[in-house]
Amino acid sequence: MRRYVIKRLAQAVGVLWAAYTVSFLVLDYLPGDPVTAMAGAGMDSGQVDPKQIAALRHEYGFDKPVVVQYAEYLGRAARGDFGDAVSTGRPVTSTLADALPQTLQLTGAALLLAVVLGGGLAVLATYTAQRWLRQLLLSLPPLGVSVPTFWVGLLLVETFSFRLHWFPAFGNDGPKGLVLPALTLAVPTGAQVAQVLAKSLLTALDQAYVETARAKGADRWRVHLRHALRNASLPALTVVGLLVGQLIAGSVVVETVFSRDGLGRVTAAAVTAQDIPLVQGVVVFGALIFVTTNLVIDLVYPLLDPRVVVASDRRAALA
Amino acid sequence: MTALPDVRSTPWAALTALVTTSVLLTACGSSGTDPGSGTGQPRSGGTLTFAVGSDAGCVDPQQVASNETIYSVRQIVDSLTDQDPKTGKIVPWLAKSWDVSSDATTFTFRLRSGVTFSDGSKLTAQVVKDNFDAVPRLGALGTLAEGYLSGVKSTTVVDPLTVKVTFKQPNAQFLQATSTHSLGIESSASVKKTPQQKCSDGVTGSGPFVLKQYVQNQSLTLAKRTGYAWGSSLWTKQGEAYLDKLVFKVVPEAGVRAGSLQSGQVDAISSVGRANEAALKGGQVTLQRRANPGIVFGLGLNNSRPALKDARVRQAILYAIDRKQVADTVFPTGTQPATSVLAHTTPDYTSLAPDLTSDAARAKSLLEAAGWKPGSDGIRTKDGKKLGLTIDWVPNAATNQPALELIQQQLKAVGIQVSLRQLQITQLAPTLQSGDYDAAWGNITRADPDILRSSFSTKLANLYRLPTSSLDTALAAQAATTDTAKRKQLIAQAQRLIVHNAYYVPVVELQTQLGVSKRVHALNFDASSRLQLHDTWIG
Repeated sequence: MRRYVIKRLAQAVGVLWAAYTVSFLVLDYLPGDPVTAMAGAGMDSGQVDPKQIAALRHEYGFDKPVVVQYAEYLGRAARGDFGDAVSTGRPVTSTLADALPQTLQLTGAALLLAVVLGGGLAVLATYTAQRWLRQLLLSLPPLGVSVPTFWVGLLLVETFSFRLHWFPAFGNDGPKGLVLPALTLAVPTGAQVAQVLAKSLLTALDQAYVETARAKGADRWRVHLRHALRNASLPALTVVGLLVGQLIAGSVVVETVFSRDGLGRVTAAAVTAQDIPLVQGVVVFGALIFVTTNLVIDLVYPLLDPRVVVASDRRAALA
Repeated sequence: MTALPDVRSTPWAALTALVTTSVLLTACGSSGTDPGSGTGQPRSGGTLTFAVGSDAGCVDPQQVASNETIYSVRQIVDSLTDQDPKTGKIVPWLAKSWDVSSDATTFTFRLRSGVTFSDGSKLTAQVVKDNFDAVPRLGALGTLAEGYLSGVKSTTVVDPLTVKVTFKQPNAQFLQATSTHSLGIESSASVKKTPQQKCSDGVTGSGPFVLKQYVQNQSLTLAKRTGYAWGSSLWTKQGEAYLDKLVFKVVPEAGVRAGSLQSGQVDAISSVGRANEAALKGGQVTLQRRANPGIVFGLGLNNSRPALKDARVRQAILYAIDRKQVADTVFPTGTQPATSVLAHTTPDYTSLAPDLTSDAARAKSLLEAAGWKPGSDGIRTKDGKKLGLTIDWVPNAATNQPALELIQQQLKAVGIQVSLRQLQITQLAPTLQSGDYDAAWGNITRADPDILRSSFSTKLANLYRLPTSSLDTALAAQAATTDTAKRKQLIAQAQRLIVHNAYYVPVVELQTQLGVSKRVHALNFDASSRLQLHDTWIG
C-alpha cells in the first residue's frame, strides 16, 4: 500500500512539473511579451518610449535568457510564489485565491447536479421496462454531450432570465445567480456520467450475482439499486475524476456567458493579455486540482476494491 | 488599443445574436411602462446601472486605456480643462484660465479656489505638480498619460493656485491633453501610492462621483460626491450630480448585455454591434452614437516595401476600396465612411471626401501606369512577381475580420491579391516596430490632431516607414504654434499630404454605440466619445 501511495504521489508531482514546463515553453514561443502588450497593444505603440519598455522588461526579468527565466520561475513556483500578474500588478496567488471560491461554488454545484441528474437518468433508463422510454432516455446523454455549452447557456438565459425574469442574467450575487450557470455546466458533465453509468449498469444487470439476487426473491428496485448500482459505480467514479478537469475548463465559457467572476474569467483574461505569470499560475493551479482529485480517487479505489493495490504491487515486484 | 470598443470577436458571437434577436423581438412589446414619462424636468436621485463588456483590472484613471473602464473611472476625477465635443475648443474646469507661450513650450494654469478632494484635502498648485511629476513613473499601464507629458522639463508652483509646466520642445497638444481622463488630477495621498496600489485600491479625486466599491471582473460602484461645486464649464447642472449612485456591471457577452437592457436588468449598455441593433430597436431603448475622434480605421501601409514605395500602387489601393460598402455592411448603423485620415469629430479635421471616392477604373489605370499587368488569374504581375499584399490584423473588434474580407474582394477586383494574417493582440506592436509587414488594420482615438504627428512623423517611431518629406515640416510646425488658425491650416496640409500620397488608406470612422433605456436622460458623450455622467438623470 505504501509503495502504491508513493508512486501515485510521484506521478502527481511529475504531472505538475510537466504542466508548468509545457506552458512556459508555449508562452515563450509566442512573439511579444506582457510588457509590450501593456505598453500599447495597438497602432499607437509608437507613442511609447522604447527605453521605458526596456526598463520595464528588465524589471519583470523578461530580458534574461530563457533558461535563466525558467529556472528562476520554477524555483519560486516550487515555493508557491508565482510573482505578480503583469496586467494588474497583484500577486498571482491572491488573484487565484480570490477567484477560487466563485469557481468552486459553480463547479461544485454543477458536479452535484451532474451526478444527481446524470445518475438518476441512468438508473431510470436501465430500470424502465418500457422499451421506447428507455430508448428516449438513453438518447439524451449523447445529445447533452454534443450541444455546445455556450448555446445551452444562452438558451437558458433567454428563457429564464430575459423572458420569465426568474433568475438574473449575470453576476455572482447569491444562490439565485448560481442556478443557470451550474445547470449549464452540468449538462455535458451529467450526460457523460449518465452514459458511463447506464452502460456499466446494463453490464452489471447481466451478471450472475444479479440472477442470484433475483432468484432469492429480491424485488427489482432493490436488485437495481443495492446490487447492480453499487458495482456499476466504480467506472462512474473514474469518470468523475476526469470530469473535474472538464468542469474547470468549462467554467471559462460558462463564466463568460453568465458574467461570473472566477478562475475561468481570470484564465481568459490572462491568455488575452499574454500575462505570463498569471497564465502559469492558472495552469499549475488547474493541474493541481486535477491531480489532487485523481490522487484521492486513486487512493479510494483500494478501499472499494482491494484487488487494485494487489495488481499494482505485483506489477511493481515484477519490474 | 485605446480606441476599440470591446466587441470581442467570439466564435459564438453570430449565434448569440441569432438567439437573442429571435427571442427579444417577441419579448419587446411586453413591457407595460410608459417610455415617455419624465421627459420634462430633470430629477435628482436614483441609481444608473450600466453594463460594460470588459474590466481593465485597474481603477486608476491615469492608467486606464480601455473605453469600457474609462466610462466609470473618469467620473472620479476632474481635469484642469475640458473640451467642447461640438467645437473641440478647450474650456475651463479646475483651471479657470491659462496662458500658453507663443512657442508652445510653457503652459501656465490658474486654478479655481475652494476645490477639495473627497478625502478633504485641498486642490493646490503643489497637488497638480505632484501629479505631473508622478505621471512619468507610472510604468507600463500609464503610457497614455506618459505620452502626453513626454519631453516635460519641469512643473513649478508659481503661487498656491498657479502652476507652470515647461517642455523641452514645443508641445501644442498638451493643452488638449489636460482635458483627458489620463491627466485627471488626484489627491496628493493617492499620487504617493505605487501605480499598482492605485490600480487595485482606486484613487481619491475631486470628481462628481466617489469610488465606493470595486470587485474585479464584476462590478464598480460609484456614489455622488456631496458638496461638489466645481463642475466643468460645459455642464448644464451646477453643483452636485443628479444621480445618487452609478453601478457598472461587467457583462462580456454582447447578447447578454442586449437582453439585460431589453429586460430592464440594466439601464444602459456599451459596445452595441450591428448584430444586436435589431434586438434593441424600438421599445424602451435608444441607440446613442458618436464617431470617435482620431485616426480612422484603415490600412497602415509599410511604405518601404518595394511595391508600396510606388505612390501609384498606394493610390490604387485607396481608389479600389469602396468605403461606403464597408461601412454599410459591416459596421453599426450610422458609421461614416472615412473622409480624411482624421475622423470628422477631430478638431481641425478637413473633409477630403472628393479624394476618397471609390473608383476602380482609376485604380486599374494607376496600376497599369506603374507597370503592373493583369495575369491569367486576374492578379497583376510585374517582372514575374505578383502584386500581393498581406494585411495584419488583431481580433480586438468583431468588425475587423468581415471588414477586411470585404476589402480583400474589392482589391481583388482591380488585380491585387490580399491575404489576411491574424495576429495576437500582443503581437501587433512588435510586428509594426520590426517593419516586417505589408499593411496593418487599425485606428487610434485621440481628440487632438497631434495624433498625426505621433503616427506619421519620421522623427518619431515612424511605424509606416514614411520617407522624410514636407509632411514632417508641417507636423512639427503644428506642434509649435499656438495660433489656432495657423495650426488648423497646417493640420489641413498634413491631412492632404497623407491622403494624396496614400501613406495610409483611410476606410471608415470608428463609432461608439451605446444602448440606453428611455428612462435615462442626458447621458452625454465627451469630446473623446466617452461619457460624462454628471448631468445624467433618470426620469
